[in-house]
Amino acid sequence: MRKAVPPFVIAVVSLIAWQILHAMAGSNTISAPLQTIAFLTDIMATTRFWLDVSETGQAFLWALLISMALGTSLGVALGLSRGTGEVIEPILVTFYALPKVTLYPLVLLVFGLGLSAKVAFGVMHGLVPITLLTRGAITQLKPVYWRTAQVLRLNRRDAIRLVVLPAIVPELIAGIRISVSLSLLGVLIGEMFASKRGLGFAAVNAMGRGDIRMILAIGLFLSVFAITANAALLALEAGVRHRTAAR
Amino acid sequence: MRHRGLASLAVVAAGIAALQVACETGAIKRTILIAPSDMAASLWDILQSGTFNHAIALTLGEVAIAAVIAIVLGFSLGVLIHASEFLRRGIEPYLVSYYAVPTIIFYPVFIVLLGVGSAPIIAIAVLLASVAMITATVTGLDRVPRALTRTARVLRLSPLQRALLIQLPAAAPYLFTGARLVVAYAFIGVIASEFILSADGMGYAIAYAYNNFDNRTMYGLMLLIIIVVAVVNTSLDLLDRRLQSRLQSGRGR
Repeated sequence: MRKAVPPFVIAVVSLIAWQILHAMAGSNTISAPLQTIAFLTDIMATTRFWLDVSETGQAFLWALLISMALGTSLGVALGLSRGTGEVIEPILVTFYALPKVTLYPLVLLVFGLGLSAKVAFGVMHGLVPITLLTRGAITQLKPVYWRTAQVLRLNRRDAIRLVVLPAIVPELIAGIRISVSLSLLGVLIGEMFASKRGLGFAAVNAMGRGDIRMILAIGLFLSVFAITANAALLALEAGVRHRTAAR
Repeated sequence: MRHRGLASLAVVAAGIAALQVACETGAIKRTILIAPSDMAASLWDILQSGTFNHAIALTLGEVAIAAVIAIVLGFSLGVLIHASEFLRRGIEPYLVSYYAVPTIIFYPVFIVLLGVGSAPIIAIAVLLASVAMITATVTGLDRVPRALTRTARVLRLSPLQRALLIQLPAAAPYLFTGARLVVAYAFIGVIASEFILSADGMGYAIAYAYNNFDNRTMYGLMLLIIIVVAVVNTSLDLLDRRLQSRLQSGRGR
């Protein structure tokens, strides 16, 4: 219980800072914490809000699923053939550091406006971390696992399925965790730039109207979602690590 | 190491060549993607004519300012968090979730607070980048070998001497890794903000060219950003690796 005290104090201090910011900037510019929460509950009662959420959520889930499937297989492939992996890795790292917004027009020209462009953009953000973490986990795998697979005379496919993949589950979860936040970010930016629906569009629309209350409410909603998802996956990762260590 | 780097370059070159062929033969339509040679020609024209010099200088300046602020701010906060057990316990749970929040959503809030122009863009980039520096600083200070801290005690160094002569050099490789991440995040923050809502800079220039169906200019500018980011990143990465390997050999001694 005492562990929860410092984070709680920090949260209260941040809320106070927000309130002070509100007082300094004037009530019409930055809405106060309580106002924002009240407004968020108001818009959460409207169907329009949940339409936006489902629109964003759909693109996000597709992006996440594709990132996970593609990233894991790519990471396994690059991890198994060490030479190829070492050649490809710097390219992936550079791509990861690139401001991918600049490539968004290309994505739009290829996929057109709509769901597929947003999903593709989400995948562009979410794919690389899973790939790199999976590859890293496989290259750092203890040799004893490979030898066990050899002793058991497993063929390559079974060795990957029964030995390698179970051994890297914690890293896979870590990769998924990072991809969750990045694909969400990718989808949101996609919606901000070229969409007529979704939370990103709602935010950019509010930007145009100068409706800061709306932006803060959407930001709050997304932050709560992102932090909860992150915390859940962190807990899962710790649990799996603990279980593997105990065995 | 070197021939692996060359192999990576060869893969990129092969990709570009394949793209060139696909564009020349019409497998990829010109309305979607222009040939790499055309992109390079467009980039050359852009640099020659100087039309975008102002936007380029503005963006790079903003990235530099944001990176410096983020490094100083992140380092100071990192030192504070490292020094206080209470702050560490209070802030660390938030730090691990920080990058899950799409910071860019709050860009308009900064426009309201700081006005239109460079200030809100720099603020978003700092917000995005400084946390990487905080984390790197805390990790770096945590990993100062105990033998060094003990040596400091034996030599009766003052806190300032200990900080300057022992902790800072020992944590330097971690700090550099943090700074490298800061630069990458500063680029992302600045260009993304310019792209979404701004009236100037390279991000805006690309969005403007896109809205006017000016593919040639758009791809020229994209190529420029890709080259700048790739070169900056790769050089920092090489330096980083050199520092890390020094750290490894230092341990061995």
